[in-house]
Amino acid sequence: MKEIVVLSGKGGTGKTTLLGSFAFLAENKIVADCDVDAADLHLLLAPRPRSENEFRSGVKARVIEDKCSGCGTCELCRFEAVTLNETAFIDPLACEGCGVCAHFCPEDAIVLDENHCGTWFISDTAYGPMVHAQLFAGEENSGKLVSFVKTRARELAEEIGAELILVDGAPGIGCPVIASLANTDIIVAVTEPTQSGRHDLERVLDLADHFKIKTFVCLNKWDLNPETADEIEHSCRERGVEILGRIPFDPTVVSCQVNGTPVVGTADEGNAAAAVRGVWDNLTTRL
Amino acid sequence: MARAGGRAPADGEGENMRIAVASGKGGTGKTTVSTSLALCAKGPVQYLDCDVEEPNGHIFLRPELTVAEHCRVTVPRIMEDKCTYCGKCRDICLFRAITMFGKTIMSFPELCHSCMGCFLVCEDEAVARDEREIGLLEAGRAGEIDFVHGRCRVGEAMSVPLLKAVKKKSRDEGLVILDAPPGTSCPFVETISDADFVLLVTEPTPFGLHDLKLAAEVLVNFNKPCGVIINRADLGDDRVDEWCRKSGIPVMLKIPFERKIAEGYARGVNLVESQPALRAPLENLIREICS
Repeated sequence: MKEIVVLSGKGGTGKTTLLGSFAFLAENKIVADCDVDAADLHLLLAPRPRSENEFRSGVKARVIEDKCSGCGTCELCRFEAVTLNETAFIDPLACEGCGVCAHFCPEDAIVLDENHCGTWFISDTAYGPMVHAQLFAGEENSGKLVSFVKTRARELAEEIGAELILVDGAPGIGCPVIASLANTDIIVAVTEPTQSGRHDLERVLDLADHFKIKTFVCLNKWDLNPETADEIEHSCRERGVEILGRIPFDPTVVSCQVNGTPVVGTADEGNAAAAVRGVWDNLTTRL
Repeated sequence: MARAGGRAPADGEGENMRIAVASGKGGTGKTTVSTSLALCAKGPVQYLDCDVEEPNGHIFLRPELTVAEHCRVTVPRIMEDKCTYCGKCRDICLFRAITMFGKTIMSFPELCHSCMGCFLVCEDEAVARDEREIGLLEAGRAGEIDFVHGRCRVGEAMSVPLLKAVKKKSRDEGLVILDAPPGTSCPFVETISDADFVLLVTEPTPFGLHDLKLAAEVLVNFNKPCGVIINRADLGDDRVDEWCRKSGIPVMLKIPFERKIAEGYARGVNLVESQPALRAPLENLIREICS
């Protein structure tokens, strides 16, 4: 079984568009959306949930006012979550869930509630099974939910004998991205020919080096700035990173998104679709 | 326009306000808008790039960086010569950053959240303070703009302490622009938490709308005044407009898709340089938010 993660560093370069098309083109696979705080893949793949489940992770401290003497011991908190009036109050959004306040409270007035911070789904799509999730707005633990989604996807893949797991990653290079790299065989980094795209791609490639994961690059909207596209291709080659292909700027990408379909598989595929098919062919020969 | 509390308006010498520019979805134009706002400010202005994973503001503002500070977090080191293997530090750590088997005790600094529980609970003074570097904070000036950003170390999962360090550099007076990271989880919340006003930049696509709704939900929870900017306003559909109207969130500016803007952006040219006609609407936008 192989696992492919699509990343970009910079947001909005086309991760979900590309992964949505891979979902159409690949056979015998599971799709997992690991951008759990702004998940968009479901808008292209129209999943029908088989099961909807609570995701719980970590704890949040809560003061039982009747027991609180207002002594202020809980101000040991390093996360500025405690405000003290007659009794203490703990801001759940600032609470890191370390439990130090509860441990040292002389009145046992602080309880740690298990934190219900998101929902995860196993769904069916026209393109095969999909595991996805939504972290509640403003929550922490995105990395843990990503790991959870990945584990479920792998279990499901083993269960049905899938050969491939296609993972849509989050933007950035931090906690959720790092979590999405566990057990990954290949990273496909999607970039655009802009200074920001280039800068952020470099950091993704550094991250891939750090974890020693084989990485390919795909240049999206390359014709918006052919010169920078050439520069990116050149610097990738110098790092020994292969380019899978170039996808042109194509307004049908937006109209597909508006219609809620992948770019490939429509009746009148545009230029981008042909290029995406080329990228996929190049990728499969390298698996 | 809903007025933000907290800070008094300045009398004629520029603006006094903390404006966060956020989006939910990545790549909608947060950095384009926030660097442009900084360039359009009339008085003292500070630009804080709060996307410490992938900071891009410097590409468009080209600051001269004169400050570099290593951002470190406190982590425990167990001194085995003093340790009595009581296990209290392991038990208090809910992040499992300390494990013990028999008379072997180990700490895992990258799991540590620096809550200091282990230091506080140890009765044998066996927990020493170590530091772990998570990234670099850099600051300087870009013309009239006071510039600050952070770059987290590649491979580092803990970004919020660096983001907090960037925010600590913010001034009490003048206009402060906070360029938020994408998403709607902890780094986003940390960025908008003490802003007076949040500008949500979106694009008129289903992805843009979906993520805008998530971001707006957080702002409603925080009771934050906010407005929307629709970027590439002519690509897509009108569902963002419709949703904003129904939700009572004002659409404050629309930026059309123009090849000139896209090509300028690609080269690292700021919006107000590639499209000077947008300067007046951006200046008006700042005035409107601050009034």
